[in-house]
Amino acid sequence: MRVSLFVPCFVDQLTPQVGLATAKVLKRLGHEVEFRSAQTCCGQPSFNSGQWDVAREAAIRALGVFRGAEVVVGPSGSCVAMMRQFYPELLKGTPHAAEADDLAARTFEFSEFLVKKLGVTDVGAKFAKKVTYHDGCHALRELRLKEEPRQLLRAVKGLELIESEEGETCCGFGGLFSAKFPMISTAMVQVKGGALARTGADYVVSSDPSCLLQIGGWLSREGKPILPLHIAEVLANDA
Amino acid sequence: MSDARSDIFARIREALKVKAPKPHLKGEPKPGSTSSVAKPWLPDGGETADASLSILAEQLAKLKAVLIRVPDHASAAKAVAELSAAKNWKKVAYHGHPLLRPVAAALPCETWEADTSFEKQRLEGCDAGITTCESIVAQLGAILVSSASSGGRALSILPHVHVVVAEASQVVPDLGSALALAKARHGDQMPSMLSFITGPSRTGDIERILVLGAHGPKELYLVLVG
Amino acid sequence: MSDSKAIFLKDATVNAADGDQRAFIRKALGGYYVNRDLQKARYRDWERARDAASLAKWSAVNDLANVLEKFVTNFERNGGVVHWARDAAEARAIILKIAEDNKAKAIVKSKCMTSEEIHLNDALEKAGYGVVESDLGEFIQQLRGEAPYHFVFPCMHVKREAISELFTKHLGTAPTDSPEELTMIARRHLRQLYVDADIGITGANFLVAETGQISITENEGNARLTAALPRIHIALSGIEKVVNHLDDLSVLLPMLATAGAGQPMTCYNTLYSGPRKKGECDGPEQFHIVLLDNARTRLLADPEQRDALHCIRCGACLNVCPIFKNIGGLAYGTTYQGPIGSVITPHLRGLKQWNHLSGASSLCGACTDACPVRIDLHHHLLHNRRNAAKESPTLFDQVFHHGFNFVIKRPWLFATGGRIFRATLPLLQKLPLPYMGAWMKTRDLPKAPAQSFRDQWKNQNV
Repeated sequence: MRVSLFVPCFVDQLTPQVGLATAKVLKRLGHEVEFRSAQTCCGQPSFNSGQWDVAREAAIRALGVFRGAEVVVGPSGSCVAMMRQFYPELLKGTPHAAEADDLAARTFEFSEFLVKKLGVTDVGAKFAKKVTYHDGCHALRELRLKEEPRQLLRAVKGLELIESEEGETCCGFGGLFSAKFPMISTAMVQVKGGALARTGADYVVSSDPSCLLQIGGWLSREGKPILPLHIAEVLANDA
Repeated sequence: MSDARSDIFARIREALKVKAPKPHLKGEPKPGSTSSVAKPWLPDGGETADASLSILAEQLAKLKAVLIRVPDHASAAKAVAELSAAKNWKKVAYHGHPLLRPVAAALPCETWEADTSFEKQRLEGCDAGITTCESIVAQLGAILVSSASSGGRALSILPHVHVVVAEASQVVPDLGSALALAKARHGDQMPSMLSFITGPSRTGDIERILVLGAHGPKELYLVLVG
Repeated sequence: MSDSKAIFLKDATVNAADGDQRAFIRKALGGYYVNRDLQKARYRDWERARDAASLAKWSAVNDLANVLEKFVTNFERNGGVVHWARDAAEARAIILKIAEDNKAKAIVKSKCMTSEEIHLNDALEKAGYGVVESDLGEFIQQLRGEAPYHFVFPCMHVKREAISELFTKHLGTAPTDSPEELTMIARRHLRQLYVDADIGITGANFLVAETGQISITENEGNARLTAALPRIHIALSGIEKVVNHLDDLSVLLPMLATAGAGQPMTCYNTLYSGPRKKGECDGPEQFHIVLLDNARTRLLADPEQRDALHCIRCGACLNVCPIFKNIGGLAYGTTYQGPIGSVITPHLRGLKQWNHLSGASSLCGACTDACPVRIDLHHHLLHNRRNAAKESPTLFDQVFHHGFNFVIKRPWLFATGGRIFRATLPLLQKLPLPYMGAWMKTRDLPKAPAQSFRDQWKNQNV
């Protein structure tokens, strides 16, 4: 299959290793991977801020960028949810509606793509560490993914998966929310990050790099001995 | 100036000119009454009388209501009398129902047929109230009382203890059945009050800690005959 | 910035920093989660049951004029008196007039959020009536002179020590740290008040069109007593509480209890169809219902968010909301707290003043999943944000988003901007920038990589 990578803008700029790991896993499974460099941001910050006209422009641009792609795969539940759930809503009743629906049907979150579309759970990865998993809310509740990332992690050689308390609780990121209402966002990450740290795991793994920014940022500031890691980075590890 | 009623209706009609889509559902909507459609999705109330009775017993226990099963009415009277003696009730009010008069007569304390000479202050001073009921919902452990079957509105709520004497045949599987039965029995002449009682009165208002007997009865007994 | 937003930000900041209080709230809700899951597990298909509950409300709300008309006809046939109130002032005036006409003195109330919405107690007290809240939580909040913290659990934030002190001060009782004893103090105190009251005021959870009955859900028995002993019963209800059939309650009553309180059913679910009937020994001589609009028709006129009128006020969305749990109910400054409050308050009281509540959410969606009638709560927060941005755009947002859009439209500019951003990040982190400064106060940013993904990809795939 020819996979077109959808790399979230902040992954591009701040955590490029996540995008590289995603490509590595897909290539290892024998797929052709492309990156269309005209892509930038999916428009979610504007969408979530109520600036739907601005977000609509971003959506229409993305339709153009991914036009003709066989499948689009992104290592972020949140950004994929934007494309899959919210583009059709944004473009409903416009001349772009049909194309938005079409793109939505071809777009997958990374772990979802592996498990549901490819039917793969063992990607041949090794990672001899204790890991706890954080469900990003968009992956969990917009895309309804819960078992898929866990199936992938359980198949990783040497990996021990530990569930945390507050399993389905939000980390408090919420995009600009984390900066507009920092006191609430911080209280939320104290609850979530505290629960993750109490598992005693070496890593907190998630399919959402934005949650990892929030959780990792707080864990780092608090000096907790648990590190954020994207699921693609775990799966890319075969040494 | 137009009156409030016409104004509100005008606002509603105006608002509803634009249709709203059906809500997001997990499955396809099905035709039929709410209870018949939802029956296979709701908690089980039992397919047979025995199954219903065992679900009822389990639910009542969880609710901290006491189920006393007796073979006949004479035993029911005896059971209530023993309860009264054990709990040292001084004054007991009861609903003037042919099945309850013998129960009251067997009590070792002062009794009062509350609905023939109702007086709220007097009822407030009673330790217990004895009533019949309309039906009993196995699915939820709920007892349906009414102003007709339970000696008015207050008798089943004001005294500290509520005793219901009922027949096992009054047990219905689920809430839908109890509502249908009430409708069939009373038609458009519903008693002014119908109340599903699901366990003794309770509150969790202080630190979400369960306390029984907030305002209504602290103890609830169901004496089931048959 | 609106006044309500300024107060919200201040209160939310104080409360979010109060670790003890936050832990207390989480602990208080701990038992609820366990019981809710146990009860939900008894449902053979909870998700499909939500469908049934949702449809029961949908069909009534979307045919509101007819269903309401039918309810009113049947309610009157049962001997009740119907009053209509376009707004809070009219509702207060109606209730005051009933009290005056009947030369009432003492009024006992059972829990009714609609009465909080119209500030009924203030009006009655100003007019010289003694008003007592009989629900334990509301009684405690009335003594504290504080609004309910949670519309189902009004005083869940108050520790038992504070309640003991409150009772000692107002009722002269001996201190105790036992919730049981505290409950019994209130029980003893309130019993005679029910007996003496002239008027009982209740809310209504459902208005059954088919039979003209109103349904009241409660646990304590205080609503039962309020509607049994006083000579006049007044129910106050929003017009959206109507359902078509008595049978709809077979789903709504148990789901309300399970979703909101983790119970199979609440203790008392009572249907009233009029004043005392011929042959009945007790019950009120008069039964009035006040049907209130108070901007509900404004929400009805928005088909996108009309489902917010399906709300059965179970409180499930508050119980699972991480915002509610961390800032507490009082910070909202609204009658209805939590996600449902954030959705409907802008419709009831004005978008400009109350949109900040829709902004104060990470949009995690836990509320939407918890809602037994499937209100699309967290997406409605997005809809409110969109409507607010249209109705009263802020300059900062305009500049920020249009500027951002200018950049992301041009991949070369995005790449160049990114390069500059990464190079200057160590410096930017030290500057008191809006947003970024707020972020950095409690969280670190990852070390910026030398090369972006797109650069590395290009180099690898040359």
